[in-house]
Amino acid sequence: MNPVVNSAVNAAAANVGAAPVGTPYFFYGLAAVAILSGLLVITRRNAVHSALALIVTLLSVAGLYLMLYAPFVAGVQIIVYAGGIMVLFLFVIMLVNIERVSKERQFNRIWPVGLVASCLLLALFIGAFAKGRDLLPKNPVPQLSEGINTQQIASALYGDAGRMGQYTFAFEIASLLLLVAILGAVIMTKKKI
Amino acid sequence: MLNSFMSYLHSTVTPGEAGNQLWALIYVLIIFAGVSLTVMWLINWVERKALAHFQVRLGPMRVGPHGLLQPFADALKLMLKEDIIPAEADQLIFWIAPVIGLLAAFTVYTVIPFGPSQAVSDMNIGILFMLGVSSLGVLGIVTAGWASNSHYPLIGALRSSAQMVSYEVAMGLAVVSAILMTSLNSTGTGTLSMIGIVRAQQEQHVWFLFKFFPLGFIAFVIFAIAMVAETNRAPFDLPEAESELTAGFHTEYSGLRWSLFMLAEYAAMMAVSSIAVTMWLGGWMRPFPNLLHGPAWELIFSLFPGLSFAAFAGFAFIGTVRMPKHSFFKVQRIGLGIFALVLAFIALVLFVIAIAGRNADTSIAASFREGIDYVYWFLMKIAVFMYLFIWYRATWPRYRFDQLMRVGWKVMLPISLGVLILTAIVGVLV
Repeated sequence: MNPVVNSAVNAAAANVGAAPVGTPYFFYGLAAVAILSGLLVITRRNAVHSALALIVTLLSVAGLYLMLYAPFVAGVQIIVYAGGIMVLFLFVIMLVNIERVSKERQFNRIWPVGLVASCLLLALFIGAFAKGRDLLPKNPVPQLSEGINTQQIASALYGDAGRMGQYTFAFEIASLLLLVAILGAVIMTKKKI
Repeated sequence: MLNSFMSYLHSTVTPGEAGNQLWALIYVLIIFAGVSLTVMWLINWVERKALAHFQVRLGPMRVGPHGLLQPFADALKLMLKEDIIPAEADQLIFWIAPVIGLLAAFTVYTVIPFGPSQAVSDMNIGILFMLGVSSLGVLGIVTAGWASNSHYPLIGALRSSAQMVSYEVAMGLAVVSAILMTSLNSTGTGTLSMIGIVRAQQEQHVWFLFKFFPLGFIAFVIFAIAMVAETNRAPFDLPEAESELTAGFHTEYSGLRWSLFMLAEYAAMMAVSSIAVTMWLGGWMRPFPNLLHGPAWELIFSLFPGLSFAAFAGFAFIGTVRMPKHSFFKVQRIGLGIFALVLAFIALVLFVIAIAGRNADTSIAASFREGIDYVYWFLMKIAVFMYLFIWYRATWPRYRFDQLMRVGWKVMLPISLGVLILTAIVGVLV
């Protein structure tokens, strides 16, 4: 190993928790993978291929969360979306007869509308970014310690030392809403429980 | 390079935390080689021998003494076999499916704590990462079943995904109740880090298996059942039920690709066993660290690694002596004798390290002794689980699919929810 790399290794060993080397490269790599696989999701005719490309997108987004010092969100992204929801997606898609679907002509011709809508959305994003650039923080990646990320999320959601957290109420309401949705789904599918 | 190699030797944290890429790479290579060899040779052989003896057969006897070399012969056969891709299969996904399974199975080993510093890295989200990545393993099975474009594999894949989704819920809730226990300290803050969980058990002087007595035990039992379902092992091996689906999701696979599935399955078994060991069985800690402590007990317990290798060597020597006195067995006899000598030599080395490093100081021998102890106890606990996996397979008949779903949703889920709530209540009260 040459002296430059060696000193870099020692520097990394010396200050743990400092900004990692090569962050932009990882960001661009992950972003490119996310965008490319996102394009594959909408261009593949085979629904299973689309679903697999969507899994790649979700995993690279999880990687982006890691780059933002949010390991908990990254872990939840993997366990909920990539591991749970996408397995159910695949489960459903596999029951569809792919051969017939891919040969069938699409009978709704709404892609021009979709194109216009997505271009408008892109314009909105660009406009919002251009207008509100001054509102964005100067240092986009806050130097948070990833070592206590989970604990910070917990105290924001559930409160700390007897006090109610900032988002406790909203969080509980959201979980209640999900419970209602689950019960509704069960009641709609089961005539007799 | 030598500098960063030597500077880590006295470290008390994992290479990931120390930022030492070289040692992280060394650990990754050791784990990859170790797991592959253990799975391919040791577990394969033990499973075939144990199953054979359960069924009053001899099992492999011909290749090497007591069939010890049979797994290598099988591996060679699998590598030389023709690798068939069905004409109607989805080529790319058929090719990629075993790789997904293998990647998911091996990625989780980065956070498994074989010791306080014997892990590749210690993540803040350790257990979450392990559960998440190991749940990606089902994608390999599902895509394999679909890409084969054949009926039985597709049914196997569907079964596998339904089973995985059902049992993951109970498994996750059981794990959460153990994570709750880590927060019972002065600060009231728990942890998701694998090393942190073992440290919490160390501080509370109890394995979480025995914490709040029946509660921790019930959560452990739920996890132990769910992990068998999660790895598609008997009695939950419906995705590959040979009496109904030929071989389930890997019916169309052959040769090396098929062996990748096997490697992934066994690596995943070891990975989920190590979750159970970390969460409930005290991870790298030796038995009775509080009751039997002091230099004498430390020395006795650190002799265990050597003693077990000595026992293996003894078995091999007995086998050598009992080999029939016929010229046909001469080669096997010499081979087994050499194997016994190698085992005895390893035992000797371990004894020497244990005695040389008996003083708990900062010498290299002492840190070696500690490291060997940690890894030994962790691996012994995993070995118990691996044997249980084999034992289940020999003992219990396969579930029917509706029974499997009923057990998952109507028995395991309510119990694990109840255990979680009770753990929270008891944790607040004490």
